[in-house]
Amino acid sequence: MSTTEAPAGNGHVGRALRRKEDPRLITGRGSYVEDIILPGTLWMAMVRSPEAHARIVSIDASAAKEREGVVAVLTNEDMADLLAPLPMAWVPPGAEVSTPEHWPLAKGKVCHVGDPVAVVIGEDRYGVVDAAEDVVVEYEPLPVVTDIERALDSDAPVIHEGIGSNKSHEHSVGGGDLEAAFADSDVVMERRIVNHRTSGAPIECRGVLAEDRAGKLTIWSTTQVPHFLRLFLAIMLGGSEERYRVIAPEVGGGFGTKLQIYAEEVIAAWAAKKLQRPIKWIETRSEHMMTSHHGRDQIAYVKVGAKRDGTLTAFHARILADMGAYHQLLTPLIPSLGGYVMTGVYKIPVVHTDVTGVFTNKFATDAIRGAGRPEATHMIEVALDQLADELGMDRLELRRKNFIAKEDFPYETPYGITYDSGDHHGTLDKLLEHFDEDAMRREAPAGKLRGIGYSTYTEICGLAPTRMFGPTGVGVQAGFWESAVVRVHITGGVTVFTGTSPHGQGHETAWGQIVADRLGCDPDAVTVLHGDTDQGPMGLDTYGSRSLAVGGTSAAIAAERLADKCKRIVAHQLEAPVEDIVLQDGKWIVRGSPDKGMTLGEVSMAAHVPTNLPEGMDPALEASSFWEPDNFVFPFGAHACVVDIDRETGKVEVVRYVAVDDCGNPINPLLIDGQVHGGVVHAIGQALFEQVVYDEAGQLVTGSFVDYALPTAAELPSFETDRTVTPSPSNHLGVKGIGEAGTIAASAAVTNAVIDALRPAGVTYMDMPLTPLRVWQAIQEGGAS
Amino acid sequence: MSTVPVHLTVNGQRHELQVEPRLLLVHLLRENLGLTGTHVGCDTTNCGACTVHLDGESVKSCTVLAVQADGAEVKTIEGMADGDKLHPLQEAFWADHGLQCGYCTPGMIMAAADLLARNPTPTEDEVRHGLEGNLCRCTGYHNIVRAVQDAAQAMSGGTAVGSQEVSA
Repeated sequence: MSTTEAPAGNGHVGRALRRKEDPRLITGRGSYVEDIILPGTLWMAMVRSPEAHARIVSIDASAAKEREGVVAVLTNEDMADLLAPLPMAWVPPGAEVSTPEHWPLAKGKVCHVGDPVAVVIGEDRYGVVDAAEDVVVEYEPLPVVTDIERALDSDAPVIHEGIGSNKSHEHSVGGGDLEAAFADSDVVMERRIVNHRTSGAPIECRGVLAEDRAGKLTIWSTTQVPHFLRLFLAIMLGGSEERYRVIAPEVGGGFGTKLQIYAEEVIAAWAAKKLQRPIKWIETRSEHMMTSHHGRDQIAYVKVGAKRDGTLTAFHARILADMGAYHQLLTPLIPSLGGYVMTGVYKIPVVHTDVTGVFTNKFATDAIRGAGRPEATHMIEVALDQLADELGMDRLELRRKNFIAKEDFPYETPYGITYDSGDHHGTLDKLLEHFDEDAMRREAPAGKLRGIGYSTYTEICGLAPTRMFGPTGVGVQAGFWESAVVRVHITGGVTVFTGTSPHGQGHETAWGQIVADRLGCDPDAVTVLHGDTDQGPMGLDTYGSRSLAVGGTSAAIAAERLADKCKRIVAHQLEAPVEDIVLQDGKWIVRGSPDKGMTLGEVSMAAHVPTNLPEGMDPALEASSFWEPDNFVFPFGAHACVVDIDRETGKVEVVRYVAVDDCGNPINPLLIDGQVHGGVVHAIGQALFEQVVYDEAGQLVTGSFVDYALPTAAELPSFETDRTVTPSPSNHLGVKGIGEAGTIAASAAVTNAVIDALRPAGVTYMDMPLTPLRVWQAIQEGGAS
Repeated sequence: MSTVPVHLTVNGQRHELQVEPRLLLVHLLRENLGLTGTHVGCDTTNCGACTVHLDGESVKSCTVLAVQADGAEVKTIEGMADGDKLHPLQEAFWADHGLQCGYCTPGMIMAAADLLARNPTPTEDEVRHGLEGNLCRCTGYHNIVRAVQDAAQAMSGGTAVGSQEVSA
C-alpha cells in the first residue's frame, strides 16, 4: 500500500489534544481489576516453592483446610482435567525448540523459586494468606544452575530430564561468507556484552477475577492480551471461545509483563468453574518480582569487522539467552526478535546472528518493553563506539559513514527483512541542532567526570505480517492482523471497537482523532471501546508497538468505508454527484456550496430511517475492518546523553538527554512525547539502577522495590524531544510505533556516555548496570589517580 | 478474628467501623468504604500509589494500620475535586499529560498536594525530590514535574495551567 495524504477532515490528527481517558483517572474513578467487587467472591492465595530446584515429596494441606473460611486447597492433581499445559506459542521461524511441559501448578518438581505448588481459596483476603502458610510441602532439593554459561556444561545439572540438556533451541539468521569477510577486514573488534535481567515492574501488579454464570466464564484480568487469554483458556479448559469473556479493564501499565498467559489466570478460571463462586487473586509486589516474567538476560559475543577508513565489513553475534526455567508465551522468540535488527541502521554486507536458548533455575524471561530489540541496539551501538576507539575515529563520523542512506529505502538487509523507510542522517543532523557536544564538554563541572554518549537506532515493530512472523508454536495458530468496528449512532455519536488493548497509551484519544477526521465529527463524540472480547470482533491485542500501525490503520479503514457511505447518502439526499461531496468544517457538503450540507448526525438519521437512501443501500451506519500489514514498521532516531560521574562515589548522574525520534506521521504529539519520556526512563533504569539478581542457590535477592531500584523523579533530568517525519509505506496512515522506541534507544546512549566519561580514568568498557559500586570499582581498577 | 472499633472522617464524612486490628488503612478505604481510587503498588512503602492525607499530611496507607487512623481526618483522591471543579493539580495532570496508565496518579497527586502545602513555589529540583517517594513507570516523571509546577503557579494566582490544546 502506498502512502497517501491524510484525509481532509477537521484536522484533529496531528494535534496535541489532551486525553479523553484522564478525567476518570485523575479523580479516582478508574476501574482496575482489584477495584471490581462481585458478590460472593472467594480469595485465592498461592503456595510457592522456596526452593529453586527440587522434587516435591509430599503436600499436606490438612491444617490449612481446617482453618475457618477456607473453601479449597488445590494442587496439580486436582487440576488433572486441564486439556493442555500453559502455552508457548511463538518460536523463531524454522527453529526446533524443546519446550518442557509447564502446568499451572507444579507437577512432581519445582524448577524456580516461586513455582506455584498449591493454592488456597477461601472467604477472607487475609485468611487465605494465613492458610497458605499452613500448607506443608516437603521438598527434596536438587542441584541448581543459574548461570547460562555454566548451564551448557556437560556436567551441569539438567533441569528438564526429558529434554536431556539445558539447551532449549538454536536459531541462526544472516547471510554472506563471514569468515572471508572478517579475513578481509583491517580491524576486527570483539566484545562480550552482557545485557542483564530486568523486571517490567508496572506499578499495578497482576490480578485476576473470574466468575462462571450459566456456563459463561468471565475473566477480568490485568492483561495486555484479552483475546489471546480467551483463546488459551478455551484450549486449556475446554469448550469454544464464545463461552469465555475476557475483560481487561483499566490496566495499570504493562511493559510486556502482561503480555502473557499466567498460571494464576488459568487457576482462577478453573476454580470459578468448579466452585461456582467468583475467584479473586491479587498479586503482591514480592510475587511480581518472583513470578511475573523478566526480560533481557543475554550474553552476546559480538564481533565487528571494518576497513581502516571505517567502512563496516562484517558482523557476528553469538547470543546466549537465558530462558529461565520454562518457556512462557514468547520466551524463545524474544532474542530472535532483536536478531533481525542487530545491525541497526548500518549497511553491513555480511551479518550473522546465532542464538542459543538456555534453561536455568530462574523465572522465565519474555517480552519486556522492546523485547529483544533493546538488547540488539545496545549491542550494536556500544560495539560501534568500541570500534571507533580502535579505529581512532570519531564515533559519529563512523556512524554517518555506514548509515543506510535515505535513498536506499526500502532497504533489504542481509537478515532478509526490508526496512520500510528512514532518514538516519536527518535525525542525527536534527539531534545536533539541539546538542552542541563541544559546549557540553566545556561546561563540565569541576571535580566530575563528564561523558557524552549517542545512540542512533532503528527497531522492527508494528507486529506483524503473519506470513513473515506468524505463530508456529504448540497448539495454536493465529494471525497478526487487527480488527475495528466503527458504528455511528442515530444521534450522531460514534463508537469505535478496536481489537487492540491499551494499558496507558491513550488509544481512546488517538483513535478518536483518526476516526473524527474521517467522519467529520468532534473527537469527543467518539467513544473507543477496547479490552472486552464480547464487545467487538476477534482482535490481536497490544504489544510490539503494533496498536497504532496495525489497529489504528484498521480503525481508519473502517471509518473510510463509512465515509464512502456517508458521501453516497449525502449525494443522494442533496441530489449532487458523489464525487462532489466533501467533508468541510465538520459537515458533508457539495463542493463549493458550504451552506448546503449535512452533519454526521443528519446522515446517520437518514441511514437509520431509510426512507430516502440510494437504491440497494443497506440501512444504518456501521463498518468493520480486518487489516493485515504487508510489512513491519521501522521507527528510528538519534539520542544523546550527558552524564556526570562522581569519582569518589561512582554515582552517575544523567544531566541532559536529547531524543530525536521518527515515528512517521504524528497522530498526537502529546502522546508521542509521553511515550518517549517513559521509554527512555525505562532504559535509563536498566542502565543505571535496575537488576533482577538471583544468588547461586537460585534465591531471588531483589524480591521487592526495596532491593529492585526503579528510577525516581529525583534521579532524572527533564528531557528534550524533537521529531523528524518520514512516513511509513507499510500502512496508509504513514505511522510507525513509538511505545518501545525510547527503551530500545536509550541504554546504549547512557552506557556510551558513562564509558566516555571513564576514559580519563583508564576504563574502556563496562557492562550495565552502571551502579555506583560497579563504576567506583571500575575507576579503581582502571588506575585513576 | 476479634475486631476493634475505629472512628474516622474520610473526605469529610464520619465513619464508625469494627475492623480486624491488623487491617491496613488502604484496605479499609478500598474495601470497607469502597474508595478504590487509592491503589496498592508495592506493599513496602516504596511506590506511593497508596498515598493519602492523614490529618493533613501525606502517608502511605499500605503501611498504616486502620486502628492508627482512629480519630483522624483522612483525605483521598476522591475528596480532591470540589464537585465538578477539579483540583488545580488534577487539572494540571490532565493538561500536561502527567499520567498514562493512571495507576500511580492518585498517590502522586496526593503527594504533590502535600508538597505544595509545605512549599507553594517549588523549583524543579524541589518537585523532583519532593516526589521521590512516588514511583511512576509510564511517564518518566517529565510531565508530572511540569504538572506540579503548573499547578503551583495556578494555586498561587498565576496563569491558568496547561499549554496543550483542549478539544472542543
